[in-house]
Amino acid sequence: MITNAILILLLPLLAFTIQIFIGKRLPRKGDWVSTGAMFLAFFLAVPILIQALSSYDPNFKITQSWEWINFGAVNVTFGIHIDNLTAIMLIVVTLISSLIHLYSIGYMHDDPRYNRYFAYLSIFSFSMLGLILVDGFFGIYIFWELVGLSSYLLIGFWFEKNSAANAAKKAFITNRIGDVAMFAGILIIFTTLGVFNFEEVFRGIADGQLSGGLLTAAGILIFMGAVGKSAQFPLHVWLPDAMEGPTPVSALIHAATMVAAGVYMVGRTFVIYTADALLVIAYIGTITAFMAATIALVQKDIKRVLAYSTVSQLGFMMVGLGTGGYTAGLFHLITHAFFKALLFLGSGSVIHAVHSQEMDDMGGLRKKMPITFWTFLIGTLAISGVPPFSGFWSKDAILASALEFGMVNPTHMVIFVVTLLAAGMTGFYMLRAVYLTFGGEPRDKKKFDHAHESPLVMTIPLCVLALFAVGTIWWGWLEHLLTKPELSSYASSGVQVLEAGGGHPDVAHTAHKIAMFSSIAIAGLGILLSTLVYHWKKISAEAWGRRLKPIYTLFWNKYYFDELYGATVIAGTLFISKISSLFDMKVIDGFVNAVARITTRFAFGNGRFDIKIIDGMVNLVARVIGFFGAQLRTIQTGRVQNYILMALAAVVILFIIQQF
Amino acid sequence: MNKVLTLITFLPMVGILLILLVPKNNKTLIRVLAATFTGLQVLIAVWIYINFDSGTTSMQFREQYKWIPSFNIEYFMGIDGLSVTMVLLTAFLSFICIFASWGINKGVKGYFAMFLLLDTGMMGVFCSLDFFLFYIFWEVMLLPMYFLIGIWGSPSRVEPDGKVRGGPYAAIKFFLYTLFGSVLMLIAMLVLYFNVDIDPNTPGIQHTFNMLHLMDQSLHTGVLNDFNVRLWVYAALFVGFAIKVPLFPFHTWLPDAHVEAPTAVSVILAGVLLKMGTYGMLRISFPMLPDAMKWEYFAYGLAILGVINIIYGAFCAMAQTDLKKLVAYSSISHMGIVLLGMSGLTSLGMNGAVMQMFNHGTGTAMLFLLVGVIYDRAHHRNIDGFGGLAVRMPIYTAAMSLAFFAGLGLPGLSSFMSEVFSFLGAFGSEMFNLKAITIISTIGIVLTAGYFLWTFQRMFLGELNPKYKDLPDINGRELFTIIPLGIIIIFLGIYPAPLLNLMKTSLNELVEVIKAADPILLGLQ
Repeated sequence: MITNAILILLLPLLAFTIQIFIGKRLPRKGDWVSTGAMFLAFFLAVPILIQALSSYDPNFKITQSWEWINFGAVNVTFGIHIDNLTAIMLIVVTLISSLIHLYSIGYMHDDPRYNRYFAYLSIFSFSMLGLILVDGFFGIYIFWELVGLSSYLLIGFWFEKNSAANAAKKAFITNRIGDVAMFAGILIIFTTLGVFNFEEVFRGIADGQLSGGLLTAAGILIFMGAVGKSAQFPLHVWLPDAMEGPTPVSALIHAATMVAAGVYMVGRTFVIYTADALLVIAYIGTITAFMAATIALVQKDIKRVLAYSTVSQLGFMMVGLGTGGYTAGLFHLITHAFFKALLFLGSGSVIHAVHSQEMDDMGGLRKKMPITFWTFLIGTLAISGVPPFSGFWSKDAILASALEFGMVNPTHMVIFVVTLLAAGMTGFYMLRAVYLTFGGEPRDKKKFDHAHESPLVMTIPLCVLALFAVGTIWWGWLEHLLTKPELSSYASSGVQVLEAGGGHPDVAHTAHKIAMFSSIAIAGLGILLSTLVYHWKKISAEAWGRRLKPIYTLFWNKYYFDELYGATVIAGTLFISKISSLFDMKVIDGFVNAVARITTRFAFGNGRFDIKIIDGMVNLVARVIGFFGAQLRTIQTGRVQNYILMALAAVVILFIIQQF
Repeated sequence: MNKVLTLITFLPMVGILLILLVPKNNKTLIRVLAATFTGLQVLIAVWIYINFDSGTTSMQFREQYKWIPSFNIEYFMGIDGLSVTMVLLTAFLSFICIFASWGINKGVKGYFAMFLLLDTGMMGVFCSLDFFLFYIFWEVMLLPMYFLIGIWGSPSRVEPDGKVRGGPYAAIKFFLYTLFGSVLMLIAMLVLYFNVDIDPNTPGIQHTFNMLHLMDQSLHTGVLNDFNVRLWVYAALFVGFAIKVPLFPFHTWLPDAHVEAPTAVSVILAGVLLKMGTYGMLRISFPMLPDAMKWEYFAYGLAILGVINIIYGAFCAMAQTDLKKLVAYSSISHMGIVLLGMSGLTSLGMNGAVMQMFNHGTGTAMLFLLVGVIYDRAHHRNIDGFGGLAVRMPIYTAAMSLAFFAGLGLPGLSSFMSEVFSFLGAFGSEMFNLKAITIISTIGIVLTAGYFLWTFQRMFLGELNPKYKDLPDINGRELFTIIPLGIIIIFLGIYPAPLLNLMKTSLNELVEVIKAADPILLGLQ
């Protein structure tokens, strides 16, 4: 199985290398290389899942590691870790990725950089699969950043558009902020425990080597990485902009897989989170789920609606994990991956047909694009939580988990209430999207006439994904395979471990019942309202928009986060950078140049002193001597009489002197 | 081959002699000669790499002769795990730079002669084990550098504000600044010389410049027994080396020198010369005065200066509009990581720091080469003056994005490894509490991503600037200089062991030696 895992990892990498160097010269520009590699990876992942299923053991595990970086005292290994979660995630990622590769052949067929597109898809698949397979914090951080890179490349794929280039940069940098926090968390874990490997870290924590506030801090910091990648509040701002990328990319990376990596990572490292850290996760998830849902209510761009719904659903998953519903959160991750990929590909099919993303340009497409319509509708029902579609089961599990948490800790009941409201809004805005896109009469006749159902290569993936949105994994079966891990199971013998939260079977039972009814009720209410407004037109959206103008404006402007960050973080950074540069030029370099100037000034002064004073004195001596010399010269007349006279005078003077 | 270090150091000198014999109009022959001799140097470096025993901490390929016996000055060469990495880097970059200099048409003979002289100087610094010899090589490097920037750099010009800038200004700034540092180093060297006695029986007679003796704390006598004196000596050495790194606030010569220097000289300057500073600390300051290094104020000072370099350098880089200046400031930022890694005195940090020296050498070399490529075509380096080049120059764009991503520490590329381990080493320091400092410095990771991606967007993305619709893509010769660097960057990013294994024995030993040094045990306090 390890061989399979390695091949799954290396195949997309190989495809990337081939595509980037010779893709252009291959027949069909090499789309079959990447697509083939992905399907192969899928077929290699199937046996792993089969093995996991056949062993049907919550502790199913295959690991292997190799020496990688050896410092002598510290040895960093590269390892592969396969357990039930990995096996399921492998299938989810390889299957969805394969289908999206297939879909892309149709969607991107006339793009001039067709081969590069597939190269990028391959490097993304490689990074994502690596992220799932690695066995430690060091490895996950590496692939974590690499999926960030592929996301950057694919968002900015149409880089001639400034908006796409901006969105790519924004995504990378926003993610980096989360990543740095995650890195800080890894710093704490590694310096305290000396290992990167997940299981060894868990063991160290279970044995109490890292605990208390420091462990909470480490957990929250690690979670910050997930906040970036899974677009949680307050780092969610990049995901809606990421819709600048090609739609299949939005489906694969910014809906189904990469953005779920944060949720996956929290699940993978679930036992390191203390009760406080989990509470932070739950609240961040709640805020995200609610806020994104409200924004989605008013968006006009079909991809933006889906983008905000993704943010919202990721919030749900975090609520699940944060309230202790480990299985629920991960279950929603899996179901969401399928139905959200389906919804995005459906929207892509529509966009492909009408060449617009504005829902104002659509309408009535139901008749023209039946396959797209029906599959999109299935996806919508799934995400809205209508039984028996997949989303119902997972969302219900999350709500139950939140309710149970609220019943045990009544002060945190607000998590359940707010999440429930967000679930209701989901039904509303998704049905709204369906009515605006497919229902009613065409609003743009020209675009409508041009529209047509997409080719088979695009509709087949839609149908396959729709199957997964209808059918669902049996909850009890999943609950068994993805049992919530207990920290105590990692402890060395004889060590007592305090669990973050105990089970409350009776509460859980009641919570499940209430949650199920309330979630069906709220989803039905959302759908009903949406139908009243957009189908039966009993309620006017415009009138209500006017009536609730301030709230509408707030939602429409996405709570002004972009403006806020632009005015604070970005402007602040640029300001400091300008100041630093000026300081560098004027003060520090100015000082250096001043030293040089003073030195030269001094040297000139010194030179002048030398010429005027020192040399002047020398010259003065000479001049004095010269003066006397010149005076004395006048007596050198050359006449003997004068000399004799002078000699006589001298004798007389000497004589007189001697007399005294 | 027991004279291999002499060979690798003085081979370029032979090249100079031959070049001087060639008539100055035969430019091709001069270039070929320079390429041949640096090429031979690379072969010797490869031989050294193969024959280097990474399991021992002692100096290898030693050569030791009496040179000026009356002062106990020796011709003493030898390398260990620390210097071998720098020797490899120097040989490799010198060779590549000859090709990057192929387009130089003015004073070709002088240029390549100077270049080879610089090569000898650099090699000598990394191979000498006699402080006096070290000092001579150190000074030998200054002279050719001065001329290379002054003559072959950009011509003198008057800025709008009336200041005179240009090659000659930058050259003299570089020269004087470094010379100032050298003087401090000279003083420290003399203090060490006069206070280390080889023969304890005859105190005050047998002085030495032999570095291995200078490192032996039991031979320290006289004023070196006074801890305060040791601090002063350390400080003098530190400033001398800090100017070379360059550490804030001694860094302002660097942007000027880079902007005015020709491409290949920038590559050498950033790729090799900056490493002299940190190399000097690791080879001289730390092992000779370990207790001073561990003095709280110096240890924390080192880490704090490292952080200032990282963050301040990144902020300054962000504000630049000249691409070359941006890369220069990014060097300042990246060298800060070396300082931070060293300051924690851990195996991880020390190895990470020296890896970072090597990886910054290759990464920044690639960046400067690529800046040269676009400058040769567009004749300017104003970041905002481009736009959309990715459409027109796909290969160049790919190369630049590799270099940029290496610069911002993307996993899978070499500098990621060294940065991560430098941070890990500093954060996990047992001797000093550098946790807060390390956390602050991680902000640099975000800032670096910010300025590199922003620059990338302004130059390569968006609509193609119509001015450059006919710009030719990178050519074969330029690719030849860049591809090897790219391969090294990717390879060491995935598998850093070949580099790490070379150095770790020596560096782990160095850490142990410094850790073990105790001012009280030595009777020095």
